[in-house]
Amino acid sequence: MTTTIDFPDQFAELAPYSAWVLETWRERYELRLASTMDEMQSFYDATMPRLAEIIEHCNQFEVNDLPTPERNILLLTFGLCEASFPVEAWRQPRVPDSGAADLEMVYEPPL
Amino acid sequence: MPHFPKPEEGSWTEHYPGLGTGPVSYRDSYDPQHWQREIDSIFTKEWLNVGRVEQVPRVGSYFTKEFAWAKKSIIIVKDREGTVRAFHNVCRHRGNKLVWDDYPNEETSGVCRQFSCKYHAWRYDLDGSLAFVQQESEFFDLDKENLGLIPVACDVWEGFIFVNLDPTPSQTLAEALDPLTEGLAGYPYGEMTQRYSVRSEINANWKLYIDAFAEFYHAPVLHQRQAADAEARKLVGYGFEALHYELHSPHSMVSSWGGMAPPKDPAMVKPIENILRSGLFGPWDKPAEVNNNENLPPLVNPARHRAWGVDSFVMWPNFMILIWEPGWYLTYTYWPTGPGKHLFESSLYFVPPKTAGERLAQEFAFSTFKEYAFQDANTLEATQSMIESGVVDTFVLNDQEILCRHHHSVAQVQVKAGKRPASYPWTQSADQA
Repeated sequence: MTTTIDFPDQFAELAPYSAWVLETWRERYELRLASTMDEMQSFYDATMPRLAEIIEHCNQFEVNDLPTPERNILLLTFGLCEASFPVEAWRQPRVPDSGAADLEMVYEPPL
Repeated sequence: MPHFPKPEEGSWTEHYPGLGTGPVSYRDSYDPQHWQREIDSIFTKEWLNVGRVEQVPRVGSYFTKEFAWAKKSIIIVKDREGTVRAFHNVCRHRGNKLVWDDYPNEETSGVCRQFSCKYHAWRYDLDGSLAFVQQESEFFDLDKENLGLIPVACDVWEGFIFVNLDPTPSQTLAEALDPLTEGLAGYPYGEMTQRYSVRSEINANWKLYIDAFAEFYHAPVLHQRQAADAEARKLVGYGFEALHYELHSPHSMVSSWGGMAPPKDPAMVKPIENILRSGLFGPWDKPAEVNNNENLPPLVNPARHRAWGVDSFVMWPNFMILIWEPGWYLTYTYWPTGPGKHLFESSLYFVPPKTAGERLAQEFAFSTFKEYAFQDANTLEATQSMIESGVVDTFVLNDQEILCRHHHSVAQVQVKAGKRPASYPWTQSADQA
């Protein structure tokens, strides 16, 4: 069962990656740890070329009052932030030499 | 040949005679007796940062801090006059913890008109006075005037809230922070209200994490794989040299170079950083609120160096403020929970974003920060376990590790004195002559 995530029309092709539209940093980080490098590479390859365009598009709206499609695509780019480290630097989901280290998010700003 | 000038004595460390240059014992980082003496002579006597005024925005806004190391719990609240106050979180009737949700040992926050005890409904006003006693007539000679919440010394500096468990602190907050009180005043902390806060239980002594954040000698090595390949190789080749160090015992600071926000050459950073214009040093585009760093507090970028990137201030005993050239700051707090463990808390503060792009740049700065923290935290546990093995008792510290040497020395001096001393062996104050 999947619910359809609404993106602005020009970014509809990114729908296959809508699992990365998540509300909290914790959920994004956990999806990263649960993903394979192939999955993250595919997400990165599809989204990176559109990133500047997504920012330009979302910048037209009030950041504290984004329409749902724009909010969704911005959350997708938050997911890309998480996925970018393994793809661009480490070739593994966890940062090297971090073992069991973990952080609890006590407070993050709402979007 | 140093890239940046050192004091005329030839090194930062020797600029402070009495600090010494010899190997340093790290027994202070695992010995249980020493740890207890640190609690008794440092943590129950010093001003401790518990948060910021933005966390208590309205009359009745409150949050609690669990000081397990002192078997204490503290309520911080904004009263009806707008004053931030602190109280021990203990009901005066029969000692129940007054403010908690579901789990008594977990911190909480909220807004209320009065504090009401879950046990027998005794109520306290925001100024701590006892306001209501259930079935008051059943009690004998109840002296309500003297049954208010027990106050904890509380004061605010530049929006940072501090408490002191000593019922009669030997110094005011301003005296305890001197000369940082003036030296770090005036930065637009109050404009930087977009906050990310994290915490983590770390299996290492509290001083070891301060060590890790008070020297950057480790940065090009431990964090090598975080940077773009060519840049990482170059950084390891250079090693690390700070722009400047200053000891204001018991406080200290290191001023470090930047130059990556934005980088001179786009190839120095990863592809996504060039698009988001953000990275470890934060978003590259300064907010107007920092006025292009033209009004920096006097102790920030003390060398007034063009290559300045970040200043790290170790505010005795367990609080750090890092002010970044691109116009944001972060804090670290280290709570000792045992000889070989501590609770680490960190908050990143930005000017609230005006666009989606700015919001994303901040998100990426947070994301990057936490990857470095993961590596540091895990390495600390490896260090702690081997220090505890006792195989090696003293360790050699180089000139770029002067703040580690200083912080451990300050702790040892204070433990020996049982309280904050009037001076330190390495401070040349006129009144000692």
